[in-house]
Amino acid sequence: MSDDKSKELHKAPQTTPRYSATFDEYTNSEIRRAAATGIYDIRGAGSKRKLPHFDDLLFLGASVSRYPLEGYREKCGTDVVLGTRFAKKPIHLKTPVTIAGMSFGSLSGPAKESLGRGATAAGTSTTTGDGGMTQEERGHSTTLVYQYLPSRYGMNPDDLRKADAIELVIGQGAKPGGGGMLLGQKITARVAKMRCLPEGIDQRSSCRHPDWTGPDDLEIKIAELREITDWEKPIYVKIGATRPYFDVALAVKAGADVIVLDGMQGGTAATQEVFIEHVGIPILAAIRPAVKALQDLGVYRNGKDSVQLIVSGGIRNGADVAKAIALGADAVAIGTAALIALGDNDPHLEAEYNKLGTTAGAYDDWHEGKDPAGITTQDPELMKRVDPIKAGHRLANYIAVMTMEAQVVARACGKSHLHNLEPEDLVALTIEASAMAQVPLAGTSWIPGVTKF
Amino acid sequence: METLKFDLDTKPLREVNQFLHGDAGSLSGKKIVIENPNGAHNVAVGLKADVDVTIKGHAGYYAAGMNQIAKVTIEGSAGSGVAENMMSGVVHVKGFASNAAGATANGGLLIIDGDAGLRCGIALKGADIVVGGSVGSFSAFMAQAGNFVILGDAGDGLGDSIYEAKLFVRGTVKSLGADCEEKTMNAEDKQILADLLKKSGHADVSPDSFKQYGSARTLYHFHVDNAGAY
Repeated sequence: MSDDKSKELHKAPQTTPRYSATFDEYTNSEIRRAAATGIYDIRGAGSKRKLPHFDDLLFLGASVSRYPLEGYREKCGTDVVLGTRFAKKPIHLKTPVTIAGMSFGSLSGPAKESLGRGATAAGTSTTTGDGGMTQEERGHSTTLVYQYLPSRYGMNPDDLRKADAIELVIGQGAKPGGGGMLLGQKITARVAKMRCLPEGIDQRSSCRHPDWTGPDDLEIKIAELREITDWEKPIYVKIGATRPYFDVALAVKAGADVIVLDGMQGGTAATQEVFIEHVGIPILAAIRPAVKALQDLGVYRNGKDSVQLIVSGGIRNGADVAKAIALGADAVAIGTAALIALGDNDPHLEAEYNKLGTTAGAYDDWHEGKDPAGITTQDPELMKRVDPIKAGHRLANYIAVMTMEAQVVARACGKSHLHNLEPEDLVALTIEASAMAQVPLAGTSWIPGVTKF
Repeated sequence: METLKFDLDTKPLREVNQFLHGDAGSLSGKKIVIENPNGAHNVAVGLKADVDVTIKGHAGYYAAGMNQIAKVTIEGSAGSGVAENMMSGVVHVKGFASNAAGATANGGLLIIDGDAGLRCGIALKGADIVVGGSVGSFSAFMAQAGNFVILGDAGDGLGDSIYEAKLFVRGTVKSLGADCEEKTMNAEDKQILADLLKKSGHADVSPDSFKQYGSARTLYHFHVDNAGAY
């Protein structure tokens, strides 16, 4: 036997290579990226970390103690009325699934048209974004909510009057306390003109409204919007989930008709990664405090005096819709999910995603304007890939499925309307979800922070 | 010219504003006087007709907000956000203006005879503003387009993160904001300034007594070298 072979036989066993949980592969790649570029990482979409979410809740179907509704025959209403408190013309929707605000600029014209077509076919509303209202969008949306943002890009009173409702945006779940961002690649001549900016600059929107600060001013601002539109239109106030009890209470006091509450899973066209992942709270933790604020102010499901609550941030299916409503929401909004329904991050584009150094399902460099699906881009060639009629149809299908799924669950719980779902229909799978949603841990009567174990 | 009077002591503001939002044809050429405003908010907001409105006294927040076409004169002082997001027309404040005067205004002319508070002309998007007195700090913050004339002094941080708006200051500037720098006034700019002085009742003031400020355009693109300014 040679010496070499002898050494090999007597070699001590090696441990397998072990990665650090703290310095994981992604963390290390970000350190290398930061070291090479000297600027923070910017990306689109919402929080990607695992968070307590609707998946951590389960419904208690009917049994001996309660009886269900006949699944395919008995009526289970899905309609929702928004803006009953002060507006002469409240919004009537057939489904509680609405389309969240997304700008023309961050999205292509055909993508915005698809959202309008899909929402209209589904009997729901769609929403403008930072950058104003386009004719494509107004023309194809029966019910269009007009966002009134800190930047006021493209804001003009004629569009305000054309809107069916006005959404005064204070923040969004992906970046509560931050303004929007649209990088030069997407500031084409048309986008620049709408926003009154030089073409090709890196736009950084303001995080605060220019002409009001604080809740007392907000009340006057809401009154101004009502005066300008002759008290016709519901006025929503959109907030990113951080301190939902106080923020909702102050928005209601300031005169909001509808509160839009967006959790940290809610997407953005572009912002700093550190903002998306480290500021704000999950939607699961925000709904109950928001509802409590409405209840304490006597505006929760109180006839004409009600203030409605729309929640968003990670809504994906009918179960999420039903759970959000059971926790107290009147409606939900979808953004990321709607883009996926249109064709965003689709596996059939895998080869093109690979060229961009990513993979279908993970693509989030929406700010670069290179979206192979033609959705988060202003590239005239790429955007041709979106067929607004087909994409709109897919979105309408998807909303119909979500609505029917929510009905399946509601009927199983014996409810003749989605709005009859209540927290008592739910239990939690984890202690965290139980504490956040304030429903008992499954199989117990324990709600951490509410009841004793 | 037909003159109509509204007394805000007896007539609800909502009714006055709704009247002013009436058919543009029948409102055209009318002179409207609003008495006893007593600092009411949202007076004469959202006008869109060729009408001449005089507010006899002090107005609260957002007077003449989002104005289109109309001429609104405030014979007193104005609260925050006077003529905010104005699209066209003329708004004339004979007294002082509070914060955020002319915020995000897209077009038209805002004349303030006295001083203006903080953030005057914030995010200006194309309108012209002439302030007879001085302006507070952070004026013309992120101003995108339009011309802003200040006959008095400017406070701290003038024109911070400014885009393509043009600032003309006759007095002293306490400090300039990030990316705002003094410019050389060319003949075209001098003409813009002379015209605005004339339109706003300052024809006797020489354009040569002003300095011009605008964007250094160094923050238009993200770059590690600008990290200190972010």
